[in-house]
Amino acid sequence: MERKLLSGDEAAALAAFDAGVALGTGYPGTPSTEILEAFGALGGRAQWAPNEKVALEVGLGVAYGAARALVTMKHVGLNVAADPLFTAAYTGVSGALVVVSADDPGMASSQNEQDNRRYAVAAGLPMLEPADAQEAYDLFFAAIEISERWRIPVLFRMTTRVCHSRSLVMPRTQRQVPPSACFERDVGGRVMIPTNARPAHRRLRAKLAEIAHFAEGSALNPLQDGDRKLGIITAGVAYFHAAEAAPAASFLKLGMVYPLPLERARSFAARVERCVVIEEGDPVLADALRAAGIAVESKPEMYRFGELDVPRVRRILARDESPEPAAPTGKPPELCPSCPYHPVYAALKQLDCIVAGDIGCYSLGVLEPYRAMDTCVAMGASIGVGLGLRHVLPAEQARRVVSVIGDSTFVHSGVSGLIEMIYNPPVIGHVVLVLDNGTTAMTGHQEHPGTGRTLDHAPTGKVSIEGIARALGVPSVTVIDPFADPGGFERLLAERLAARVPSVIVARHPCVLAAAAIRKWDKLGTERREAISCTACAEE
Amino acid sequence: MHETITNVVLAGLGGQGVVKASDILADAARRAGLDVKKAEIHGMSQRGGSVTSDVRFGSRVLSPMVPRGEADYLLVLAPSEVDVARPVLKAGGVLIPPDLVPEDALPHPRSLNVALLGALSHHLALPEASLLAALQAAIPERLLEVNEKAFALGRAAAARAWGAGA
Ligand SMILES: Cc1ncc(C[n+]2csc(CCOP(=O)(O)OP(=O)(O)O)c2C)c(N)n1
Repeated sequence: MERKLLSGDEAAALAAFDAGVALGTGYPGTPSTEILEAFGALGGRAQWAPNEKVALEVGLGVAYGAARALVTMKHVGLNVAADPLFTAAYTGVSGALVVVSADDPGMASSQNEQDNRRYAVAAGLPMLEPADAQEAYDLFFAAIEISERWRIPVLFRMTTRVCHSRSLVMPRTQRQVPPSACFERDVGGRVMIPTNARPAHRRLRAKLAEIAHFAEGSALNPLQDGDRKLGIITAGVAYFHAAEAAPAASFLKLGMVYPLPLERARSFAARVERCVVIEEGDPVLADALRAAGIAVESKPEMYRFGELDVPRVRRILARDESPEPAAPTGKPPELCPSCPYHPVYAALKQLDCIVAGDIGCYSLGVLEPYRAMDTCVAMGASIGVGLGLRHVLPAEQARRVVSVIGDSTFVHSGVSGLIEMIYNPPVIGHVVLVLDNGTTAMTGHQEHPGTGRTLDHAPTGKVSIEGIARALGVPSVTVIDPFADPGGFERLLAERLAARVPSVIVARHPCVLAAAAIRKWDKLGTERREAISCTACAEE
Repeated sequence: MHETITNVVLAGLGGQGVVKASDILADAARRAGLDVKKAEIHGMSQRGGSVTSDVRFGSRVLSPMVPRGEADYLLVLAPSEVDVARPVLKAGGVLIPPDLVPEDALPHPRSLNVALLGALSHHLALPEASLLAALQAAIPERLLEVNEKAFALGRAAAARAWGAGA
């Protein structure tokens, strides 16, 4: 077998394929997006869900059916999927469920740098963390094994540098043949009414105790004997930074970051003169080790922020808290010169709108020359936030509030905001502006239910944004091409702002970067449909 | 204990082919039988922002990122990025600037990335055959000739700039 040069995302995808994962699902989000794309390209069954919660639920169903499931998302996606996740920890699974969530320390392209290791602790689920692509490959198999052995979902934490760095991977020579899917009835274990959930919680804790015991002796958490003067406990890509910064040190490298092998850590710490925890993000490992009475040094608070790298690890080891050299500030991203959103933001600026914004390429409308976005919090939040502002602001301001949301974001979590607008309408109405560029542009042009194409761009059922708005009873719904008619767009927006009724404007024009590909897929799709209908009548 | 590795940083703007060039370089190192790691930040790079990519190769590579001030080579595709990226270069490191190959000499306006790779190859111990094989694997057939030309052009420009014995 030849060594392959793979990103962590591609390595995880290859492992999922080689492990015979029956279905991979998720929602795009940097830096996790390429996992499902690569899994699909390898021939795996990969599909985008409307959002992370649905993805997790579909994956859970697959794993209840005794098959192997992969679910992927970026770190904040796990917030959306958290509700089913916490109770799936109680029900457990019959097959395997591996939930990949990719953290983004340093926020290369995210709105926060939350540390998802906290979710493992909070939900009570084992969590593995690879340090490079080879480990993403190898640990994925370990995740499947643990999931099947303890019948428990397993969290797989990746980070930007692991997802997007390429390194050599030696894959296995043979694909695994997974157990076949079948339904086994287990009402007590699967139906979480309180009488069933109480014993289920105890079962979960018993499993975790067993897994903690397993972690103590597991090769997932290797010891590397070196100099007794300095011991380093570390996980993920931070291991490689530390190994480069302090090549002579002793290491305890954690491949399983929850539950922790506390006794192994205790004896390791006791063997070295100075024991330092090197971890990116929150001091999750350091806090847990200290709570167990293990004397470890944690990094100074300033290193909680941003990514680690070799120079920063050197500073941590030197207890250097002096100001760091400023990171180079390159050219920030901006709206493409011929982005269809330009006329939209020009109009929002012209009409002096208060813009409750959302997340996507269109968030770049906050930059010069428009500065036409006033809030941006979480996917889907634009509608609720806009409604809240409309409810309380003085009339002169309230009537200028617009919620601006992208098409993929609308399908992800905008629909419930629209329901709220119908159910609790502000007295002066509201305007929701859906920017429909026909793709999930921000994360690299993925399909979504509103495009009517599947992950691999084949035609499928298409959800209509204006159809949803009308079905929900929005009194005024208009579709317009802002690029073809910028003046008409501005007049329409002004009219709706004055109208004092709940309204939805769908501003539709394809993303310039995706337009050619969209035309190609649509043409292929039509040809495919025609071919299918031909064979259908031939068979009659 | 300390193994020597070669640290290369490539910098430019979204759409210039920084990532492509670093993919080719990393694949060449793999073909030469070396350990290699490559890191970059994707994300919003498509929207014209700054992009940098780190490639490290040698007998064993640990961190995927080139530590600031430790790059042996810095290859820059956009004039605006030269000063932004310069701090990664070590004292005595080699800067391969965008104007090494004049724009009008390029066989294709978008082949600067491969031309500068050619220039870099002048300095590296990597076999030229590994680089050319990596190029062939990464570039679609119909664009191959143009890119091989660009590569040779860059390599010749480097020989003129740094002398044959580098
Ligand atoms: C919960 C969550 N999941 C995923 C993401 C990553 N993400 C940011 S914006 C976005 C969608 C953007 O698509 P769209 O709304 O169509 O806007 P466009 O980028 O096309 O303008 C995604 C998937 C996120 N920020 N939060």
